[in-house]
Amino acid sequence: MRLTQGTFSFLPDLTDEQIGAQIEYCLAKNWAVSIEYTDDPHPRNTYWEMFGLPMFDIRDAAAILGEVRTCRKTFPRHYIKVNAFDSTRGRESLRLSFIVNRPEREPGFALTRQEGPGRTVQYTTRSYAVERPEGERY
Amino acid sequence: MNEVAFPKPAPAASGPRATTKTGAARYKAGVLKYAQMGYWEPDYTPSDTDILALFRITPQQGVEPEEAAAAVAGESSTATWTVVWTDRLTACERYRAKAFRVEAVPGSPGQYFAYIAYDLALFEPGSIANLTASIIGNVFGFKPLRALRLEDMRFPTAYVKTYAGPATGIVVERERLDKFGRPLLGATVKPKLGLSGKNYGRVVYEALKGGLDFTKDDENINSQPFMHWRDRFLYCMEAINRAQAATGEVKGHYLNVTAGTMEAMYERAELAKELGSVIVMIDLVIGYTAIQSMSNWARRNDMILHLHRAGHGTYTRQKNHGISFRVISKWMRLAGVDHLHAGTVVGKLEGDPNTVQGFYNVLREPHNAVDLQRGVFFEQDWAGLHGVMPVASGGIHAGQMHQLLHYLGEDSILQFGGGTIGHPMGIAAGATANRVALEAMVLARNEGRDIWHEGPTILAEAARHCAPLKAALDVWGEVTFNYESTDTPDFVPTPTAAA
Repeated sequence: MRLTQGTFSFLPDLTDEQIGAQIEYCLAKNWAVSIEYTDDPHPRNTYWEMFGLPMFDIRDAAAILGEVRTCRKTFPRHYIKVNAFDSTRGRESLRLSFIVNRPEREPGFALTRQEGPGRTVQYTTRSYAVERPEGERY
Repeated sequence: MNEVAFPKPAPAASGPRATTKTGAARYKAGVLKYAQMGYWEPDYTPSDTDILALFRITPQQGVEPEEAAAAVAGESSTATWTVVWTDRLTACERYRAKAFRVEAVPGSPGQYFAYIAYDLALFEPGSIANLTASIIGNVFGFKPLRALRLEDMRFPTAYVKTYAGPATGIVVERERLDKFGRPLLGATVKPKLGLSGKNYGRVVYEALKGGLDFTKDDENINSQPFMHWRDRFLYCMEAINRAQAATGEVKGHYLNVTAGTMEAMYERAELAKELGSVIVMIDLVIGYTAIQSMSNWARRNDMILHLHRAGHGTYTRQKNHGISFRVISKWMRLAGVDHLHAGTVVGKLEGDPNTVQGFYNVLREPHNAVDLQRGVFFEQDWAGLHGVMPVASGGIHAGQMHQLLHYLGEDSILQFGGGTIGHPMGIAAGATANRVALEAMVLARNEGRDIWHEGPTILAEAARHCAPLKAALDVWGEVTFNYESTDTPDFVPTPTAAA
């Protein structure tokens, strides 16, 4: 399967040049860019690991792209995403979030069903990858 | 505040104008003109805590516009047709709504804009039913007027703060769904009526797996003989969970809980919650009080609340009579829904571009400035009330993606029903086509490309790596719905038009 979280997952994987252009866009909007990674891509895993703090003070797209490359070197088989944070009053949330690295093989998720009364079913989504411990999954 | 640049109206009728009578003469038994009773006060300066309403009035032949405006103010506040002495037992001068300004509508002879101010004390806190019983109560059937339309309203912060507003709001919805930086994508299951629960769930599964974020019940899917509501909910949840596992994304289906009674709606909403749905849906026809109750329920249960505007076209579409949809939008933001259908501009349903953008801005901006070009007559501060996600639905397709993004912006939900389910390669392919078109357009816009002009090129480029998008463009690329709009702004843009 292909994990389709993030703003651009239905497009072919972005090149570094394309990633750089998106970072430029975020900086022009005065958003803070951050990098996060995980080997547990469950749809409700809200807290991926932070690769350093959000880069509030780095206004140079090339430097941020350098951080993305460092993260890829450190975690070549993890999912990595670039986020852009907008601290404007009333938003104070992400404005853009897209995947910039993914494992070669994505085993996907199993769906477990627990049958209940009245034909109801409680569902559990489980990543095949998390059957192994953190750090050894991909 | 509320300074609006209008051309000065030509005098509407000759002869002396009615002015307010005072003292004993005001309360002598008998009939006075409304303008003599204190409902026409051209010198009145609205207070920051007044609720303001702008009506488009079309007086009957021979009725002065100021008298017609005063009649609207009177009938929507304290007046009756004759003088009553019991007024004198109250602080009646304060309770009277005051028409304070009447202007000819540019380019529409016989129509006038009447500005009316209402004291805050006239209204119960937190009740759209109470508000509307005054503002659109008896007055719309009033004989001295040939037609009457409520164009816009301004709510003071003190009044806004009596509502909790949208249960979830745009920002929290995005965080819960983990979807940022692009409009969300949806589709309404078709055919609207007749599918069994099992077949219905198939459409949901294919569409969500193919790339949509949401699918949707139609407004008239409730609990019919061909599909009982429980059956629909159970099959839809299977479809949603399967699609989530197949994509790793959070998915949802607007389960329509609209029913004949509040008890039945609560029962359906409770099951949706127990089954793990992230969203439920209601129709505008359930009424303002029911909408507010469902908003409270949604807030209590961390549920997104989708509102389909079924029925609004009966009173919003014609320009001379009824209620503008921008007013409905304001009421629904106060009432507390998270999604509201607000037009597409380019699709099959009514929608002038500027007017629709006005609705969108009213729904989602923290503050609206006066914007006559988009039909926004009043400054409105939303006092921290969450934004409502506007939904574009009805006759739109992937080939219009650049126009949709241009007109409607990022915080919107684009719903392609026929444009997903009617795809020649199947429903999942239709969904993929829409998602690829959307992501390609957002990527290009962020890269600084001029999507308005380069849109078709950007789509063609994206279609090179996506056969479903190529097929969608081949089938629908040229389909447009170019009809003249009826609900259009009255003000043409000029450099000095906006105050």
